[in-house]
Amino acid sequence: MHLDHTHHGPAAVSADAHRPDGTRRALRIGLGGPVGSGKTATVAALCRALRDELSLAVVTNDIYTREDAEFLLREAVLPPERITAVETGACPHTAIRDDISANLEAVEDLEDEVGPLDLILVESGGDNLTATFSKGLVDAQIFVIDVAGGDDIPRKGGPGVTTADLLVVNKTDLAPYVGSDLARMAADAKAQRAELPVVFQSLRAEPGVTDVAAWVRGRLTAWAA
Amino acid sequence: MSRAALLVLADGRFPAGGHAHSGGAEAAVKAGRITSAASLEDFCRGRLHTAGLVAGALAAAAALGVEPRELDAAADARTPSPALRGAARRLGRQLMRAARASWPSAELDALAGEFPKGAHQPVVLGVAARAAGLGPADAAYCAAYESVSGPATATVRLLSLDPFDATGVLARLAPELDRVADAAVEAARRVLDEGVDALPAASGPVLEIGAEWHAAWPVRLFAS
Repeated sequence: MHLDHTHHGPAAVSADAHRPDGTRRALRIGLGGPVGSGKTATVAALCRALRDELSLAVVTNDIYTREDAEFLLREAVLPPERITAVETGACPHTAIRDDISANLEAVEDLEDEVGPLDLILVESGGDNLTATFSKGLVDAQIFVIDVAGGDDIPRKGGPGVTTADLLVVNKTDLAPYVGSDLARMAADAKAQRAELPVVFQSLRAEPGVTDVAAWVRGRLTAWAA
Repeated sequence: MSRAALLVLADGRFPAGGHAHSGGAEAAVKAGRITSAASLEDFCRGRLHTAGLVAGALAAAAALGVEPRELDAAADARTPSPALRGAARRLGRQLMRAARASWPSAELDALAGEFPKGAHQPVVLGVAARAAGLGPADAAYCAAYESVSGPATATVRLLSLDPFDATGVLARLAPELDRVADAAVEAARRVLDEGVDALPAASGPVLEIGAEWHAAWPVRLFAS
C-alpha cells in the first residue's frame, strides 16, 4: 500500500512500511479473540518475555473502560508511556477493521513519543469470532481462544480462527475441568487452517508464553530483513 | 470533479473516526435528557442549530478557501469546553488521514503539516471538500448532517432505540438541515469580506458542560 504521494509532512497512510522520516516503522502485531480468552494476559506475558531484548509498546482497545490498559499498568509490564488506550465507541471490531484511524494515530504517537520501537502489540477489545484486524493497521495477527470457551470453536471456524497468522488456544490447564478435548481442538484447527500455525498454551505453568514469543521473534526477523 | 464525491465524504462509513463519538448523546442519555425518539429529536434539533450551524459555516468557509489557521482559531474561540476542543482536533486529524488517502492535494498536505495533531474537524472537512472538487454548500451539508447523524447512531447503541425511529428523526430534520446549511454558506461568504468574525457563534452550554462531565467518567462507551 503506497498512497502517500508526498513523502513529507506527518502521517504516512496506513500500512506504509516507512515513517515520514524514511526510517522503518515498528512491526505491528494485533491480538484479537473472544472476551475472557486471555488476550491481555498474553500481552502481559509477551511484554515480560520480550521487553529486555526489544523496544516495544502496547495499544489496547477497551470496549468501555480503560481496564485492560490499567491491568497492564498495574502489572507494570511496561513503563506507562508505552501503553495507550483507544476508545472504540461500543464497536471494537470497527476500530480494528473498518475505521482504523484512531488506532493508527495511537501507534504513530507511540513511535513519535517513545520510539524508536521494534514492536507494537495492538490488543482488540474482546469481541466475537468474526473480528479481524485490517492489514492497514497490523502486519500480522494472533487470534486467542481458550479451551473453556468450548472445544467446538476451532470446528466452527470464522475469520479469526481460520485466517489469523497464529491461533493461540489458551488455558490448556483447564481442559480436564471443563471437558475440552485438546486433540480434537488441534485436529479441527488443522482442518480449518491447513499450514497456518497453532499454539496451545497455559500461562499458569512453564513454558508459558514461550512458543508465542518465539513466533513473534520470527516475524520480527522477517520484518527487519 | 464528480458531485458523487459528496456521497463518499458524507458516508457514515467513511473511515474518519466518527464511530467512536456520540456528539454529546452519551452524556445526555445518562442525564436523562434523551430517553426516546422524541427526546432524541429535540436534542438533535438543538445541536443542529448550535454546534451544527457553527461547524457548517466553518466547513463552508474552508471550502471557499479561507485561511484554515484563522478558521481553526475561530473554532477554538467558539468551543469553550477543552474536552470538545480535544475531540474536534482528534477527529480532524483522523479525517485528515482519510481525506489525504482519498483526494491527495497540496492544500491538505499543508494543513496536515501545520497541524500535525489535528485542526478542528469542520476546518479539515472544508479543505477535504475542496480537495474533492466540492463546494461550500456541500461542505456545510456534510458538517450539519454529521452534527445530528452522530448522536442518532450513538443513541441506537446506548438506548437500544429502534433504528427505524432514529432514522425517522433524521428524515424529519431534513428541512431544517437545508435551512442551517443555507445560513452556514451565507455566513461563510461574508467571511470573505468581513473576516472570521462573520462566522456564527451559536453555542449550546449544556453540550459544553455535558462534554466536560463525560470526559471525567472512568467508564464510558464513546470517546465524546
